[in-house]
Amino acid sequence: MYVAVKGGERAIANAHAWLAEERRGDPAVPELSVAQIREQQRLAVDRVMTEGSLYDPDLAALALKQARGDQVEAIFLLRAYRTTLPRLGTSLPLETARMTVRRRISAVFKDVPGGQVLGPTFDYTHRLLDFALAAEGQPSPAPSAPTPLAETLPGVIDVLNREGLIETQVAPADEPPPADLTREPLRFPASRAMRLQNLARGDEGFLLALGYSTQRGYGRNHPFAGEIRNGEVVVEFEPPELGFAIELGDIELTECQMVNQFAGSKSEPPQFTRGYGVSFGQGERKAMAMALVDRALRTEELGEEATSPAQDIEFVLYHSDNVEAQGFVQHLKLPHYVDFQSELNVVRGMRRAAEAAAKPLAEAAE
Amino acid sequence: MTDAAADRRRRLAALARADVGLLEESLDRLDPAPRYDVLKPAETGLVMVRGRAGGTGGQFNLGEMTVTRCVIRNDSGTVGVGYVAGRDRRKAELVAVFDALLQDPAHADRLERDVICPSERRREERRTQMLSRAAATRVDFFTVVRGG
Repeated sequence: MYVAVKGGERAIANAHAWLAEERRGDPAVPELSVAQIREQQRLAVDRVMTEGSLYDPDLAALALKQARGDQVEAIFLLRAYRTTLPRLGTSLPLETARMTVRRRISAVFKDVPGGQVLGPTFDYTHRLLDFALAAEGQPSPAPSAPTPLAETLPGVIDVLNREGLIETQVAPADEPPPADLTREPLRFPASRAMRLQNLARGDEGFLLALGYSTQRGYGRNHPFAGEIRNGEVVVEFEPPELGFAIELGDIELTECQMVNQFAGSKSEPPQFTRGYGVSFGQGERKAMAMALVDRALRTEELGEEATSPAQDIEFVLYHSDNVEAQGFVQHLKLPHYVDFQSELNVVRGMRRAAEAAAKPLAEAAE
Repeated sequence: MTDAAADRRRRLAALARADVGLLEESLDRLDPAPRYDVLKPAETGLVMVRGRAGGTGGQFNLGEMTVTRCVIRNDSGTVGVGYVAGRDRRKAELVAVFDALLQDPAHADRLERDVICPSERRREERRTQMLSRAAATRVDFFTVVRGG
């Protein structure tokens, strides 16, 4: 129970004024623009868009500036902003196989059609601090090959699954509209659609730790990175004013297809099953972690025994959202004066009872 | 889809990606300036982006994106529709104006040349540049023979 406490207005206003000054930092240092954050802190922007569940690089950059770089705070700001906007409708399902690819790798097939394309990656960097970046300067232009990649690269798994040893993912006919967590609460049993939406919005750190836990043996499912791809995908939408779909533009996406060993069940032969992860922008670590957890949450569906936290659908889905989690943790800062007074009375009573019970014993011992 | 609808779809795709400066300049060059009524004023909202499990399986809601729309009717009675990613209300209105103009054979050829083609070309150049850079990061495997 919280009580309204009056009298803090001036303190709050002054605290916020100080916060604004702290946000700006030393005025002798030039101020960051939203465009600079959008262009030069892009992976932070991508994470805010993914977990804020809103693709708009400028808004995400603004949120990061306002939040002084605090990602979860920026995600909260973006989630709050979206509630002020009307829903115009729903896109056609993205065709990620038709992505214009910047990066596409497979850790299971060396010779994939189109090749292993690294793209702009941190992989294979030495993780040594580059002091040259402390000085300003332009990087030398990245090389271009004389022949560009094909306009689209087919999905690795779909192309190289000739023996049918890898589970296929087929769109069911007459699909009902998928669950939408922005309009309905979590319900159990949670459909895969509900799980995937929850994970896509879910906290990267939480999913990374859960995914890691499956690798360390808490719900082991023997994953391989079947394919990771990053690039631009067209978003199509059918406006009510037109009788056909049009392109709204392109969004950047990262997709991870995890392939997992599976011994088979009563209804399924031994095969590789799959977990799926996707994020806005270049959220590759998030997409990989999500794919691991998506597969772990398919434990029950695949007839495996659930023994570990990452396989516990309610546990994972109820704790993945960092906006909800930070809210409940941080609400502990609100005045709990009355709660605590009553708890004090309870503990005083318990202490008296314990002392009263100890007294006869002490007297008996004398 | 009819040919007219396919043409309109292709042009709207180009307009949605067009530089707003290019649209303003092209509008300024029109004489007389197009007159139109705004049926739905430019408004920013959300479109829920759907994905598919595994890329090809059942649908799910991935997350939203900002989209701005505007609907106009010009003085010859043609309705123009603008839907563009992002929050640029002026751009959505300009797209709607050009969508209406491009349905008029008297304007279509010239605007195709002045507005649609440059936008499509710019997109193609960007795409080719990206794919050429990506191709430069393709791994050429070779096998190291040991012993021999």
